[in-house]
Amino acid sequence: MSQAATHAAAVEPAETPLTPESWGKLGMWVFLAGDAVGFGVLLAGYGIMRATSSDWPNPYQVLGINLTAAMTFLLICSSVTMVKALEWLSRGDRRRAIHFLLFTALGGMIFVSLQAYEWTHLIHRGLHINGNPWGASLFGTTFFLVTGFHGLHVTAGVIYLVSMVRWVLNRPDPAASYNAVEICGLYWHFVDLVWIMVFTFLYLL
Amino acid sequence: MATAAHKHPNYMAIFWWLAILTVVELAVVFAPFTKMMIGVLLCALALAKAALVAAYFMHLKFETKTLTWIALTPLTIAILLIFVLMPDGFAVLKKTAGDGAAVSAPAKH
Repeated sequence: MSQAATHAAAVEPAETPLTPESWGKLGMWVFLAGDAVGFGVLLAGYGIMRATSSDWPNPYQVLGINLTAAMTFLLICSSVTMVKALEWLSRGDRRRAIHFLLFTALGGMIFVSLQAYEWTHLIHRGLHINGNPWGASLFGTTFFLVTGFHGLHVTAGVIYLVSMVRWVLNRPDPAASYNAVEICGLYWHFVDLVWIMVFTFLYLL
Repeated sequence: MATAAHKHPNYMAIFWWLAILTVVELAVVFAPFTKMMIGVLLCALALAKAALVAAYFMHLKFETKTLTWIALTPLTIAILLIFVLMPDGFAVLKKTAGDGAAVSAPAKH
């Protein structure tokens, strides 16, 4: 019996000064760091290809920024509804927390829809993954790759948020779902943070 | 319950900062600055917005330092990557300049 107890103790993660408050949160941060490297590689590659190209189209003229500025604003708003969801949960109001989670998911859905509209519009005007009428063909390649990778993250985020609604509904005690919702929030804010970078480097610069 | 006891910062203030910085970004694009100046300003503004999101929305300011170090790692790797890619970039630029010179060279003779 005592042998079994020693064995169990050996598998338990040891408490050290580095032991996090929440393993799930640490896990999400490590995942986000890896994901950020993915985006970092895409953006650095984009930067070097653009810097060395002699006929890179002017992104502002080709893409336009009115719609994407609105999309940026929308994503910032959805980050606010996300933190509000967490705040209501910490105050013990599950109903309002769920409402704000759904607002956040709705923001993400509108964002992806606007992106689909933007892509369709640009494809009709001749921007393709392997060429375009304005100059360097890599312009289209990098545009669709980077915004597409980000759009996939938003889509995954919407699914994640909707699954969190179920998670909160299944737990009568608001404190029981706080940690999971906070971790989901980390992912969602990361998607917002990446868009800030993508918007600056692909549309504004 | 330690996490739930987290102090929630004034999120609306952060929201307004992000909105204002976005408007400033749009203003910088149209401002009569040099291309270099616009580039530097846009990068600084984007990093400032990213830092606000990470520090307040993602609570990094209120967490242990370990998480901040984890968050800063990809930024360091991305910046290093730019330097790693530079030799290739310069080689391409040199080749393009060389081709240009070869095309214009016969005209001189």
